[in-house]
Amino acid sequence: MQWRSIARDLGISAASLVVLLLAWSIFVQSTGVKEFLLPSPEKVLATMWAERSTLLAEAGITAWETLLGFALSVAIGIPVALLMTESRLAYLVGNPLIVGLQTVPKIAVAPLLVVWLGFGLSPKVIVVVLVAFFPIVVNAVAGFRSVDADMRNLGRILGLGRMTFFFRISLPHSLPSIFAGLKVAMTLALIGAVVGEFVGSERGLGHLLLSSSARLNSLLSFSALVALTILGLLLYAAVAVAEWLAVPWRRRVDESDVMGGHSG
Amino acid sequence: MSFRGRRIIEALRDVSFDVAAGEFVSLLGPSGCGKSTVLSLVAGLRAPTSGKVLCDGQSVRAPVTSAGMVFQKPVLLEWRSALGNVLLSADAHGMDRAVAEQRARALLASVGLAGFEHAYPRELSGGMQQRAAICRALIHEPTRLLMDEPFAALDAITRDQLSVDLGRLFLERRPSVLFVTHSIPEAVFLSDKVIVMTNRPGTVDRIVNIDLPRPRSLHVRQTPRFGGFVEEILELFVAAGLLREEGGGVRAGDAAA
Repeated sequence: MQWRSIARDLGISAASLVVLLLAWSIFVQSTGVKEFLLPSPEKVLATMWAERSTLLAEAGITAWETLLGFALSVAIGIPVALLMTESRLAYLVGNPLIVGLQTVPKIAVAPLLVVWLGFGLSPKVIVVVLVAFFPIVVNAVAGFRSVDADMRNLGRILGLGRMTFFFRISLPHSLPSIFAGLKVAMTLALIGAVVGEFVGSERGLGHLLLSSSARLNSLLSFSALVALTILGLLLYAAVAVAEWLAVPWRRRVDESDVMGGHSG
Repeated sequence: MSFRGRRIIEALRDVSFDVAAGEFVSLLGPSGCGKSTVLSLVAGLRAPTSGKVLCDGQSVRAPVTSAGMVFQKPVLLEWRSALGNVLLSADAHGMDRAVAEQRARALLASVGLAGFEHAYPRELSGGMQQRAAICRALIHEPTRLLMDEPFAALDAITRDQLSVDLGRLFLERRPSVLFVTHSIPEAVFLSDKVIVMTNRPGTVDRIVNIDLPRPRSLHVRQTPRFGGFVEEILELFVAAGLLREEGGGVRAGDAAA
């Protein structure tokens, strides 16, 4: 029953995409808009197929920058969130820094990073970390803070040490909240990678997008844009699957709702 | 937890009582009388500003990890099954996993949770969750069981059932129990001794010995002796100004919380 409902849900989502593409196609044909302004989806798809090896190679580079920055954000963000939850001082010091960093426009920082670090991988990864870090920390802090006094007392009466309490209680309790942050962070991470490529790069989908639009090659621009969208969906789906695997106790919610409460 | 910057309120004064081995003792009083505070002092989850809590002659300074504790809320970990929640306590007490699992299954079955071992807490009703929490507190066969208004959030019928079940579990194991409640009939039904507390600062008004024979069925609540105990406690609350009478005298039946 579950697989059929999943298939049906996916079908509805896929159908909405098809409808969007159809609307786009009809619009282009009926208005006769010039190709360099808005190419038809059929032509974009044809171009994507023709340029598939280029697109795949550039997508691979952008994906690598995104994933590297994302992984780094998680590796830094979760411990920082824990520290900010456990220590009031760390919170008072860290919070304004993190919020301040978040409000700085990343597009304005990116050129500086190029000046400092050159055109290699590192400035892109750093831009990714700068955008992905914030939602990870904020959501992890919210998760860790929702460990209430009852749970702490349970841990104390069971004699759990700090580390055991963290891994057995705080962390699993916070996972749903942490994953909410990871989903937002992943979509932002891709934007960060593209911003990094815009500012200084010879590679990646962001660079392809910029260089093709500079040459008014709209077909290639749109191909890069669609490839970016697909990449974003895949990265988001990867986080969603990881959540499904890591948070199994939230999966059966619908079923238990259907079953209703058992009499106590 | 921190009380810095708050106004210090005297919560308890001259609270002094003993719980003998194998004795079921209830702390009974209106909300705000500090009965839950007393329990957390006994559990070592909180330190007294003055005075001391003695356990087997030793002063309690840290959480009493050997005790079993049941909170007002079940406080089950939502990512663990009913069985997994019971086994968390077994692991924490360093029990052998195979032995613990066998015992946990038997314990869950004895409170009517057979077949629900692998259900997540959110798939269980409130009463079932609290039963699992009781199993978690009993898995390591503690000699002391601390219960903080464990049935307060349940409906009246589930409450009665759990009272009967707890009475049976108590008779089978005979731990020393300290049970916090604001329900007079519940305290009388379960206890050997009821410690009646009154308000602000919380203090022990009287200790009432309940010498009703065990095992007790729910019908004992209809007996004159049971009614007598309820009335005696009720009068204490009236005398303390916590209850006001209207018209005639107070009847035992009014005490149902």
